[in-house]
Amino acid sequence: MRPILMKGHERPLTFLRYNRDGDLLFSCAKDHTPTLWYADNGERLGTYRGHNGAVWCCDVSRDSSRLITGSADQTAKLWDVQSGQELFTFKFGSPTRSVDFSVGDHLAVITTDPFMERTSAIHVKRIAEDPQDQVADSVLVLQSPEGRKRINRAVWGPLNQTIVSGGEDAVIRIWDSETGKLLKESDGEVGHKKPITSLAKAADDSHFITGSLDKTAKLWDMRTLTLIKTYSTVVPVNAVTMSPLLNHVVLGGGQDASAVTTTDHRAGKFEAKFYDKILQEEIGGVKGHFGPINALAFNPDGRSFSSGGEDGYVRLHHLDPDYFNIKI
Amino acid sequence: MLQFSFGSMEVLDIDARAAKLGIDWSHVNLDSIQLPPGQDFGIESDDEAVYHDDQSEFDTGFGNIIVVDHLPVVPKEKFEKLEGVVKKIYNQIGVIKENGLWMPVDPDTKMTLGYCFIEFNSPQEAQNAKEKSHGYKLDKSHIFAVNMFDDFDRLMNVKEEWEPPQARPFVPGENLQKWLTDEKARDQLVIRSGPDTEVFWNDARQKNPEPVHKRPYWTESYVQWSPLGTYLVTLHKQGAAVWGGADTFTRLMRYQHSMVKLVDFSPGEKYLVTYHSQEPSNPRDASKVEIRVFDVRTGRMMRDFKGSADEFSIGGPGGVAGASWPVFRWAGGKDDKYFAKLSKNTISVYETETFSLIDKKSMKVDNVVDICWSPTDSILSLFVPEQGGGNQPAKVALVSIPSKVELRQKNLFSVSDCKMYWQSSGEYLAVKVDRYTKTKKSTYSGFELFRIKERDIPIEVLELDNKNDKIIAFAWEPKGHRFAVIHGDQPRPDVSFYSMKTAQNTGRVSKLGTLKAKQANALFWSPTGKYIILAGLKGFNGQLEFFNVDELETMATAEHFMATDIEWDPTGRYVATAVTSVHEMENGFTIWSFNGNLLYRILKDHFFQLAWRPRPPSFLTAEKEEEIAKNLKKYSKKYEAEDQDVSLLLSEQDREKRKALNEEWEKWVMQWKSLHEEEKLARQSLRDGEVSDVEEDEYEAKEVEFEDVIDVTEEIVQESM
Repeated sequence: MRPILMKGHERPLTFLRYNRDGDLLFSCAKDHTPTLWYADNGERLGTYRGHNGAVWCCDVSRDSSRLITGSADQTAKLWDVQSGQELFTFKFGSPTRSVDFSVGDHLAVITTDPFMERTSAIHVKRIAEDPQDQVADSVLVLQSPEGRKRINRAVWGPLNQTIVSGGEDAVIRIWDSETGKLLKESDGEVGHKKPITSLAKAADDSHFITGSLDKTAKLWDMRTLTLIKTYSTVVPVNAVTMSPLLNHVVLGGGQDASAVTTTDHRAGKFEAKFYDKILQEEIGGVKGHFGPINALAFNPDGRSFSSGGEDGYVRLHHLDPDYFNIKI
Repeated sequence: MLQFSFGSMEVLDIDARAAKLGIDWSHVNLDSIQLPPGQDFGIESDDEAVYHDDQSEFDTGFGNIIVVDHLPVVPKEKFEKLEGVVKKIYNQIGVIKENGLWMPVDPDTKMTLGYCFIEFNSPQEAQNAKEKSHGYKLDKSHIFAVNMFDDFDRLMNVKEEWEPPQARPFVPGENLQKWLTDEKARDQLVIRSGPDTEVFWNDARQKNPEPVHKRPYWTESYVQWSPLGTYLVTLHKQGAAVWGGADTFTRLMRYQHSMVKLVDFSPGEKYLVTYHSQEPSNPRDASKVEIRVFDVRTGRMMRDFKGSADEFSIGGPGGVAGASWPVFRWAGGKDDKYFAKLSKNTISVYETETFSLIDKKSMKVDNVVDICWSPTDSILSLFVPEQGGGNQPAKVALVSIPSKVELRQKNLFSVSDCKMYWQSSGEYLAVKVDRYTKTKKSTYSGFELFRIKERDIPIEVLELDNKNDKIIAFAWEPKGHRFAVIHGDQPRPDVSFYSMKTAQNTGRVSKLGTLKAKQANALFWSPTGKYIILAGLKGFNGQLEFFNVDELETMATAEHFMATDIEWDPTGRYVATAVTSVHEMENGFTIWSFNGNLLYRILKDHFFQLAWRPRPPSFLTAEKEEEIAKNLKKYSKKYEAEDQDVSLLLSEQDREKRKALNEEWEKWVMQWKSLHEEEKLARQSLRDGEVSDVEEDEYEAKEVEFEDVIDVTEEIVQESM
């Protein structure tokens, strides 16, 4: 089916997020306004105004009432999804790169970039039921051993017991979310060789996938951090997602944006590539973007997915019936 | 100069260590690291040369000192005068270091001892001074004898009496041709990507390359097969080395030539030519060139040539750092008898028995700009451009070596340029001639075709149908009588095929056909002829057309996007197309069958080089080959059966692999599902008791059909009869 082109952002897309019901799609971009869309027809529902820098990441609560966003303006903000009202601002001394609500939405993990003399860090904040009671204090602050390297993504592990992080040092780390102890590091032998750009977990928290500039994506066991699968492609991977319905993973990326104008348009490979999750074989690709893909998200019903590119577009794809009958 | 490769230490270890120490490994120039002499930090070098080879160049620190002998013996009063004279002589050649001149004095007689030491700024200057001043006549009875200080120990140790060298016991070598005995008759290829050099079998049946040997940092610039495929040569700081052998690649021989830049084999791979050039310290001087010729098997240096780059090239600076490579062109055939060098107004032909010039002198040919050997015979073709503003015509001539008799020559008028193309079996020579039009404003091209093997060497002139067409590429069919030309205007030129003899027309060239408007700019004949690839490289983004010239039909068209290199395997069964690291994207190579079936594709970052291992010519006689070709059906049956077995096996393997993968996954899924079940309650409590744990039984999209009557109206359709 023809994709729906959603042109609401003026700058490259950075992140996409569906709510649990799969009817809403949140998009973040380097312009300062996260935007909310109907996930079905791509109609724009509204924007969240208040940030003063590129917005890198967002997450929505299970009941779709709260939105948290992390921005380069050194803040993370809590929003009321329905009214678009800003509820609370967490201030950091450095840009916030990723945000993630815990199971139950009582906690949020926020990562901050190395900035000036500050090193990269992972902050855990308690999210109050009533925004009036919200406090800015961190429950826990984790310092990465590679303080000058950015942490690109941190998410909660099963039962909120752990935090999984990945970043520029190409190492995936699992932390104890109670004590802040570093529990596991990914094996350098089998792990990524270049910065990890993206990390997406399965709906049931059993495994997660990481994408890296080393042109591979890897699937890991979330509890043991054992490498399960590797998917290799020809271009750096900027975004990854997994189909909740079929055993498919999707990789997005493309050559570095700075090299785009110097080569043939076909060289860029700005495709969302589908791989069989188990056999690690490529199934197909979805073309369309004319810049690298920065964000990918699968609708929780597994019947549509959307991609956001450096070109400023969000492309919403409802998958054809044929797709569900692919045999390889 | 010590060079360590980290044999036992894993590169990854090193990376990890470096990361810990905060060193960005990619910014470290490994070549610049030098350990203090005698200290190895416990790292064993895997290069036994460091331990055993007395030839390897240790920098003892005295390389810039020379010893000048046969100076006059003078008393104290004249000491300063002599010192002044010596200083003056050597200051003209190089820069003497401060206090770099030391003339020892006999403590008893206060007379000088008749020699002195001079220290220069650099070993090169010292070498230069030695060469220039050795034999310098100060006066009748004082002729300088100059030596490098470093050579002194060696010279002192020469025994007075000659000792017969000890005969070494014969050690049977490995079978250097073992790769030819491969049961599946596969071919090997070498690739370089990143730091690694790898040799593979091209296993087209398995659709995979089978690794043979892999080594990181095997070479410092590039690798090259010898023309018959016996050796693989690698380049290093200290010189070149050849590798080969039965199973793994072992080092067979080394050739010392420090900072070697280029190498070249003689066609029968008896000799190896190495090239080194040095940038001059004074930018106005020509760079210095040193070329050495080695015997490949013994490793002995047969001759070396030194000089400025001008002596090895014609016209202004061009080619590689001054000289165009290969500087020495080898006469055809496996005998490796002659090699020729072109320099200004002269062609120097050397023979390999004594490594000296034939008849002790070079051939004088005014203004010669290009020479070319026949690939099979010792015939040299040469081209002299027009002289004196067109008064003296341009000339293409064939000269027989060693007699230096001119076999044939042709004068050509109003010529702007010529290119010579020999057919691979030396039967024909095609000369592409670019001529000026009458106005001299533009050029047009034609061909002069020499039939070497016929009596008197008849020459035929060929012009294209549209003689204003630009010629983009030309290629002879290997071992055949045909050639292909790409001509016309970009971006869609035409491709024409001609034959030197056809059934009806044996003595004349005739056109076989023209393909109109092809996206091609390069021609790649199969080494066995008959098939050709019309390739559009560079601007055409890697268009490939596999063409059968016998039937004049296209077998397949394909594209290897951005392909930069195309190489046929030596048997003409497979073709490799590669994207080397001129682009950053999609580096790697693809293997095709001769008729354009994509067999497999390998991606490698920083892909630099791909080369098939050549095969020596077949021992079969022409008759035998013909017989095989006739009865091909009989032979092919056996191979087809084998092919089928392999493909069955492959699909079986594939199925099993998939099954195993699926089972493994299922097992894993079961495992975490049980864990997940255990955690169910904990999860609920985290969610404040919310039970809806939808994802537990996976999201299920149900299709619900819903029917509703919206409206019912009745219309009466009138029958219009």
